[in-house]
Parts: sequence; structure tokens; C-alpha cells
Amino acid sequence: MNAVILGATKGMGRALARRMAARGDTIFLLGRDSTELQKSAADLKVLGAAGDVGWAHCDLEEPAGFAGALDAAEQALGRIETVVVTAAIFATQEALEADAALRRRLLTVDFVNTVLFCEEARPRLLDAGGGTLCVFSSVAGDAARKKVLIYGSAKAALSHYLTGLDHKFRREGLKTVLVKPGFVRTGMTQGLEEPRFAGEPDDVARTVLEAIDSGRPVVYAPGIWRWIMFVIKRLPRVIMRKTEL
Amino acid sequence: MRFVGWGRYPEVEGFELRSEDLPRISDGAVLTRGLGRSYGDSSLPPRGGHTVAASPLADRFLAFDTRSGVMRAEAGLCLRRLNDASLHRGWTVPVSPGTEQVTLGGMVAADVHGKNHHRDGTFGNHVRSLKLRVADGRILEVSDESERDLFRATLGGMGLTGHILEVEFALGRIPSPWILAQTKPLDGVESLLDALRSSASDWPYTVGWVDCLGSGRALLIRGRWSAKERAPNRAPRRKKERSWPAPPVLPAFLVRLYNSYYRSRRARSGECIVSPFEFFYPLDGIRRWNRFYGRRGFTQYQCVVPEASGALRLFRLLRERRARPYLCVVKDCGAESVGMLSFPHPGISLALDFPIRKETQALVDALNEAVIEGKGRVYLAKDAFTRAEHYRAMDPRVEAWLGVRRKWDPEIRLRSAQSVRLFGDPE
Repeated sequence: MNAVILGATKGMGRALARRMAARGDTIFLLGRDSTELQKSAADLKVLGAAGDVGWAHCDLEEPAGFAGALDAAEQALGRIETVVVTAAIFATQEALEADAALRRRLLTVDFVNTVLFCEEARPRLLDAGGGTLCVFSSVAGDAARKKVLIYGSAKAALSHYLTGLDHKFRREGLKTVLVKPGFVRTGMTQGLEEPRFAGEPDDVARTVLEAIDSGRPVVYAPGIWRWIMFVIKRLPRVIMRKTEL
Repeated sequence: MRFVGWGRYPEVEGFELRSEDLPRISDGAVLTRGLGRSYGDSSLPPRGGHTVAASPLADRFLAFDTRSGVMRAEAGLCLRRLNDASLHRGWTVPVSPGTEQVTLGGMVAADVHGKNHHRDGTFGNHVRSLKLRVADGRILEVSDESERDLFRATLGGMGLTGHILEVEFALGRIPSPWILAQTKPLDGVESLLDALRSSASDWPYTVGWVDCLGSGRALLIRGRWSAKERAPNRAPRRKKERSWPAPPVLPAFLVRLYNSYYRSRRARSGECIVSPFEFFYPLDGIRRWNRFYGRRGFTQYQCVVPEASGALRLFRLLRERRARPYLCVVKDCGAESVGMLSFPHPGISLALDFPIRKETQALVDALNEAVIEGKGRVYLAKDAFTRAEHYRAMDPRVEAWLGVRRKWDPEIRLRSAQSVRLFGDPE
């Protein structure tokens, strides 16, 4: 498989890229920090990635660079079969309520710019005869919860877009894989109070890679979160108002 | 959060920073901690709510030379991951401790040894270079060529000379990823010590096991990497990790029963080809086996003494005090490492597991006095009870090491619960 990954230097993206490398996939990395990209490329190479692991600068805060970055990936890989987006910003509800600049940044990156990036990738995948677009949203987008109100809103909008993308283009060969991670122990969630059913990045990566291979449109990881969200979505308004979910 | 070591004693409250970016989080941290597999208080911050940098997310390979076998990786890399990447390609980590759940940084900090110490020395012997964040915040590359004192003080320095960020070390070539193992039942400690000595020249990996609770009988287990022709033509796999419910207390008769079962099962196996996971990490197959010693936790007392007579004296002392270790592992140690505080020296190493009781401190004191008399020393990565005066008496090298540490960290910014206890660092 030929894959481009935006956000593979850390967390779940790192774990996913490593699983791809270990089975001999060809990988191209996109990210903001060239030193980090270089180190991750070396890591994937040692783990068994096919050929050279190339990389290019791409920042979800700079949409002007998306086309150039994907061009570079296309040139290196020949043909892009899979595009994965794991990059995003996270902040707690308190931090977002207190800081207008952070709020704007998170909403822009996690929704607007992620969609812009996907729209840049979409025609390339379709022109090449199809492929897979795998994007990490969040279970926070499934239900309106007090704890993740603003972050969850951006992710809800992103999930909405990705669901529709799959409806519209699957027949033309573009498979969209919408990933909804629950709480996963990464650097991003460090310091947060850990709920039950917290997942490990490598277990999430295994689930996601299976979903990419089989073209599953929606995947919860760890899987138990599907049922947790199933229940939360159905809770009556009085309970959502009274509890701190 | 609450920090504990593998022995689950003692506990210390503090804060943990966890990130892929170890250089960032180590800046200003009192200590860097890996997977917390040291038994005592080496990986715990001093009391008083200090901040510890957690390394396990900083776990990338950075380079591997397929001709020389020299590898460089970030310090949080777990040995399990390293084995997964190297064994099937014909390479192995030169020295392996008894568990795969350790980080490279931890292996350097404790200067770990394995069943092959008599032949290959400690892990530090195979380390070429380290990237270190020293106490004043600078990041340095240290090796035998550059800042040799700091390099050697860091091998076995329990993470107190600087935050270990990256490790460069040499892997060893293997003919196959399988182990040819041989188990010999023996009738006691004396014959075990003889057998360990006579096996040393022909067998790279040797270890002894003694049933101290029951019969006092022993097993000698030795092994080498299997020749390609004899090895199965497939990759070795780990057994599925099993989870057992832990009883609130572990009665001795159960352990005795298990020990005799274990001995007879192992004794019957004779010579066979086994996976390296089963051979090197037998206890990794049981999830969190440290819970089995009960809520108060346990301590593993590990010491090395130069003479067999010293080891026999320790066994006598155990009998006199009616102290019966649940687990007793005997190893043959070779030459001392270049690490200034490195644990092993030529002689016999004993590792004894005791559930923690009221009398544990007195028992460790008595064992330590016998070890001092026998010109031996204890292993810091296991220790939670040794007194400062005993430690200084058994390891005169500590003065020189403290000198190097003072030079690089005059304000003693890097410290641990253990360094407070043993070196009198401020809390």
C-alpha cells in the first residue's frame, strides 16, 4: 500500500504509521516540524517501510500549502492509494472558554482546514482510480457533552462531512474511513483525568488499519466506545443538563 | 499521581509529564522515568510533589546500520519493540534483563545484566554513545571519546547524572531467533554453584533457580542461540499473556506447591528448542505478577558476592532467620562494567523475593551486613531498604561517582527517592 499520513510523528498517527511500516507499506509523511519528520521517517525505515520514507512540510494551519505537499507526496509515491489525517488540535473546554484565539484556532484547524485538506486529496484519489481517505474525528462529535462542547462541535461537523463524502463518492471508488477514537493514552491526553475504557495507541492503530484494509466507513476505537456513545446519544435532555459527562 | 516501583513499595506522590517530546518535558524535571520496572524507589521522585518526565512515548528508532549492527533510538523505546524489530532479521540485543517491559533509558540507567553476564558483561558495555540533558539544561552527546567521566557515571548512574534522551548501542548477530535450552535438576545450592562455574565457558546464557521454600533443590538452566538447521523455520511468538486474579495474601504453601510443580516440569524438559521470550522473560507471560505478593508489596534483594563461600553464608543466614524467599535466582557474574556505579562484579549474584513484612528491614540489614563482610554489594535497581551507611560500606566507588555528579549538577537538581535515602540528597 502507498500511504500519505498527515500527523504521523505523534500519538495514534505514529502508531498507525509504524504498523504500516512493519508490514512493508510505502509511506510518505506530512507534518509541521522537519526535525520530527526526519526522525519519524528514520523510525519507519528501521521498522521495515518499503523504499525511502519521504516527507514534506504541511501545516494544518496553512491551507495554502496543502496542494504543494500532496504534489510532493504524489511525486515520491507515484500513485497515492491512501491518505490518512490524524493531525488535529485538542484543548479542554475550560481552556477554550477562556481563550478566544485558541477557540478560533481549534475550530479552524479541526474543521475548516481539515475539510480543505480532504478536498485537496479527494480529486487526486479519484483521478488515480480510487483509494482510501482515512480521517480521525472523535467520539466527542457524537453527542453534545458539557465536557467537550467546542472541541466536540468541530468534530461533529467533521464527522458529518466525512459521512457525506462516503455517501457521495464510494461508488466512484473513494472509500472514506471515519475514525472515532475514544479516550486514548497519548501525549495529547496527558494530564487529563482518565476515564474507564482508555485505549492504547497501538491497539487503536490495529483497529484502524483493519478498517482501512476492509474499507469500513466508520470505526470506533477502542470498540467499546460505540456502545458508550450509543447510550449517551439516547440520554434525555434532563440528564445531559444535570450530569457532567 | 502516585508513583510506585515494581515491588509496589514504597509509594510517593508527585506529578508526571508524558510526551513524545522527551527533550521538552525533561527540562526542569527532577527525574526521568521509563516503564517503572525497577523494584524499589529508583524511579520515584523524592517526597514533596516533584515533577517526573515519563519517557515511554519517546520511543523511535533513529538509525540502524545493517552491516555493523549499531542502532540508535530514543530512550523510551521498549525492549519488546526492539526485539520485534531485530530478532527476525538475525540480530539481538546484546544483554537482556528478565523482562521485556523496560526502556532503553532504564537499561542504561540501571546498567542491566542478564544470563550472559559472565561472557558479555552489562548492557553498558555495548553502549557507544548517549544523548543527555544535564542539570543546567544543556543537551550533550557523551561517549568514551567525549566527556568520558559523565558517560561512565551515567552507565548504572540510576538516571541521576542527566536525563537520558537517546542511546546508541551495538546489537549482536544470531544464527536463528530460537534458543537451545537445557535444564538440569540438581540437589542443592553447592552443586548449583559448581555447575554454574563449569558451564560458563561453553554456555553464553546460564542461570540457577533454587526452591528455598521447600526442598532446597535447584535447577540449572543454560542456553545458546540455536543453529539455523536445528531451529524451526518460523518466527518465535510470545505466549498469550495470562491474567490471574491476585489473592489478598500469598500463602507460602501455595508457592511451595508451585515451586515443586515448576521444578518437576522444568526438570523433565531436558534439552529443547524454546522461544527467546520463554527463555529470557518467563514471568512476562503473567500479567502484573507483582500483585501476587499481596497488598503490602514485595522486595527483591539482589546482591553479588565474589566467593561461593559468601553465597553459602547468605543461604545459611536465611535458614537461621527462617527467612524464606519465594523466588531465588542465582547468576554467575563476570568482569566489572565500565559504568562507575554498575552493579555486577566477578562472583555469584543472588536475587531473593520477599513479601514485605514487619521484619523486612531487619532482614535486609542482616543480609547487608553479611554482604559487606563478604565484600559484595547490592543492586540499586532492586533496592528499597538498604541504609546509607551500609551502601557506602559496600561500594567505595560511590565517592568518585558523587564527585562527577557534583561537577555536572552542583545544586543536585536531579534526584530520586532512592538518592535521598542513599546519598542524603535534599527532598
